[in-house]
Amino acid sequence: MIEIQNLTKRYDDATVVDDVSLALPESGITAIVGPNGAGKSTLLSMVARLIPSTSGRVLVDGLDVQETPGAVLAKRLAILKQNNQVGMRLTVSELVAFGRFPHSGGRPTVEDERHIDEAISYLGLDDLRNRFLDELSGGQRQRAFVAMVLAQDTKYVLLDEPLNSLDMKHAAAMMKLLRRTADDLGRSITVVIHDINFASIYADHVVAMRDGRVMLQGGAGDLMQEAVLQDIYDTVVQVREVEGHRLGLHYL
Amino acid sequence: MTVGARGNWDFVLPFRGGKLLGLVLVAYAVATATVLFQTVTQNRILTPAVMGFDSLYVALQTALVFFLGTRDLANVDIRLRFVLETVLMVAMSMALFHWLFLSRQRSLHLVVLAGLVFGVFFRSLSHMMQRILDPNEFIALQDMLFASFNAIDRQLLAVSTVIVLVTAWVSRRLLAKLDVLMLGRDAAINLGIDYRRVVMMLFAVIAVLVSVSTALVGPVTFFGLLVASLAYQAVGTDRHKYTLPAATLVAVIALVGGQTVIERVFGFDTALSVIIEFTGGLAFMLLLYRNLKR
Ligand SMILES: Nc1ncnc2c1ncn2[C@@H]1O[C@H](COP(=O)(O)OP(=O)(O)OP(=O)(O)O)[C@@H](O)[C@H]1O
Ligand SMILES: [Mg+2]
Repeated sequence: MIEIQNLTKRYDDATVVDDVSLALPESGITAIVGPNGAGKSTLLSMVARLIPSTSGRVLVDGLDVQETPGAVLAKRLAILKQNNQVGMRLTVSELVAFGRFPHSGGRPTVEDERHIDEAISYLGLDDLRNRFLDELSGGQRQRAFVAMVLAQDTKYVLLDEPLNSLDMKHAAAMMKLLRRTADDLGRSITVVIHDINFASIYADHVVAMRDGRVMLQGGAGDLMQEAVLQDIYDTVVQVREVEGHRLGLHYL
Repeated sequence: MTVGARGNWDFVLPFRGGKLLGLVLVAYAVATATVLFQTVTQNRILTPAVMGFDSLYVALQTALVFFLGTRDLANVDIRLRFVLETVLMVAMSMALFHWLFLSRQRSLHLVVLAGLVFGVFFRSLSHMMQRILDPNEFIALQDMLFASFNAIDRQLLAVSTVIVLVTAWVSRRLLAKLDVLMLGRDAAINLGIDYRRVVMMLFAVIAVLVSVSTALVGPVTFFGLLVASLAYQAVGTDRHKYTLPAATLVAVIALVGGQTVIERVFGFDTALSVIIEFTGGLAFMLLLYRNLKR
C-alpha cells in the first residue's frame, strides 16, 4: 500500500497540494481526476520522489520515499510523467530496455530480454520495435513509454495521463490493457485521467482533486453524480446510464 | 614519434615520448570532460570550456601567486602545487555546478549566459590580479601560465597520468548510469539512480579533467565541443560505451596528427591551438545555428 500522509507542496506563496492524505491500494486501478492545475501531477511527482514535499510524507509498503535508496524503490514503484521527451536518439526496444535498468544494472539477462519482449508485444509495438522514437506518431511514442514503465515490473505503477494523444481505439485499448495488467499480474496502477467516462468504466477507486485538495475518494459511482461533477469541474455534466455504466455528457 | 627524427635517440625518444603522452592526456581529458558535461547537462552545445571553467583554473593559479607570492610558491614542488590547485578547482567548480544545475531547474539559456559571464569574470579577475602584481612576480606567473601545445609542462606528466587513470576508473564504473542520465533527471530517478550523488561525482571528475588539461596546455575553448560533436556523428549511437572512446580517439587524432603536421609542414610557425580553436569555433556556430533553426 502507498500511504500519503498530510502531503503539502508550496511554491513561494501558492499551495498547489494542500495537506493531502490518501491510501493507494495494493492492487487494482485508481483513477485521479480533476481540472487542470488541481495538483494531480505534483502529487504523483512527490509520491515518486521526483520532487521534495514541503511537508508530510509518503510510505511505499512502509518505506519512506525520501529516505529509502532510489535503487530499492525503483523495483517497487514506477512513474510515467505527463510529458516525456528524451535527449537521445533511441529505438523503441532500446527505450523499453531502459525500464529493466533497476534489475539489470545495464547488463540485460535473458530474463530481462523476456520482460522487454513481453512489454513490447503487450503494447502492440512488435512492428515498430526497431523504429527510432522520433519517427513515431505521438500515440505510438506514448505506448512505447508505457511499455518501458511496464517492463520495469514494479508492483506500483503511476501513470500521468497515459491516454494523452491516443485515438479512441487506442485509448480504450490502453485502459483494457491496464485493467488486464492489474487483474492478471496483481499490480496497483494509479492513472491520472481527464476523461471521466474511462474512470467510470475501468477504475476500482477514484480520487478527485481540486485546488490541491482531495474532494472525493470512493468508487466510480460516487464520482458520477451530476452535483459532484459540477462541484469538481465547475461545469454542467449530465450523467446517463448506458449498459450498466454511468457516463457523463459534457459536450453540451 | 619517429617522423623526421635525426640525431641522438636518447634525447629524441624521451622528448617526443613525453610530448606524445602529454597530447594524449590532454585529448582524453578534454574529450571526456566534454562528453560527461554534455550528458549531465543534457545539451550538446555547452562544454566546461565554453562555460569558462578553464578560466576559473587560470584565475586560481593567478590568485595563488597573488596571495602567496612566487617566493613562497617557488619552494613548493610544482606537482604539489598542481594537486593543490586541482583540489581548489574541484571545490569551486562543484559549488558553481551545484548552484547552476542542481539547486533548482534553470533554463539552458540562463545557464549559457551565466557561463559566459563567469568566463569573462574569471578572465578579468586574472588580468586584474596580474596588473597589480609585482613585475618580478608577474614574470614568474607568466612562466607558470605559459603552457601550450608546444610547451607541455613535463614535470606534471606523471601526476597527470595518475589522476587521469583514476578518473577513467570512476567514469568506467558509471558507464551504465551515464546512459540512463541521458533520459533526463526524472526518468533517471525513476530508474533508481541516486541522481544528486552521481551528478556531483561527475562534476568532480569534470573539474579534475579541466584542471589537468589546463595545467598541461592552457585553456582551449572550442576543442572539446569539436571532438564531441564529431564523435557523436561518427558512432551514430549515444551509448557512452562508444561515445567516450570515440571522442578521445578523435581528440588524439586531431592533436597528435595536427601537431605532427604543424611541426613538419609549417615548421612551428603556426600554433596548433589557433587552428583547433578556429575549427572548433566554426563548429560551435554551426551547432548554434542548427539549434536555432529547429
Ligand atoms: N515548478 C513550479 N513552480 C510553481 N508553480 C508550479 C510548478 N509546478 C506546478 N505549479 C503549479 O501547481 C499547480 C498544479 O500543477 P499540476 O501540474 O500538479 O496540475 P495538474 O493537476 O497535473 O494539471 P493538468 O491536468 O493540467 O496536468 C498549477 O497551478 C501549476 O501552475
Ligand atoms: Mg498534470
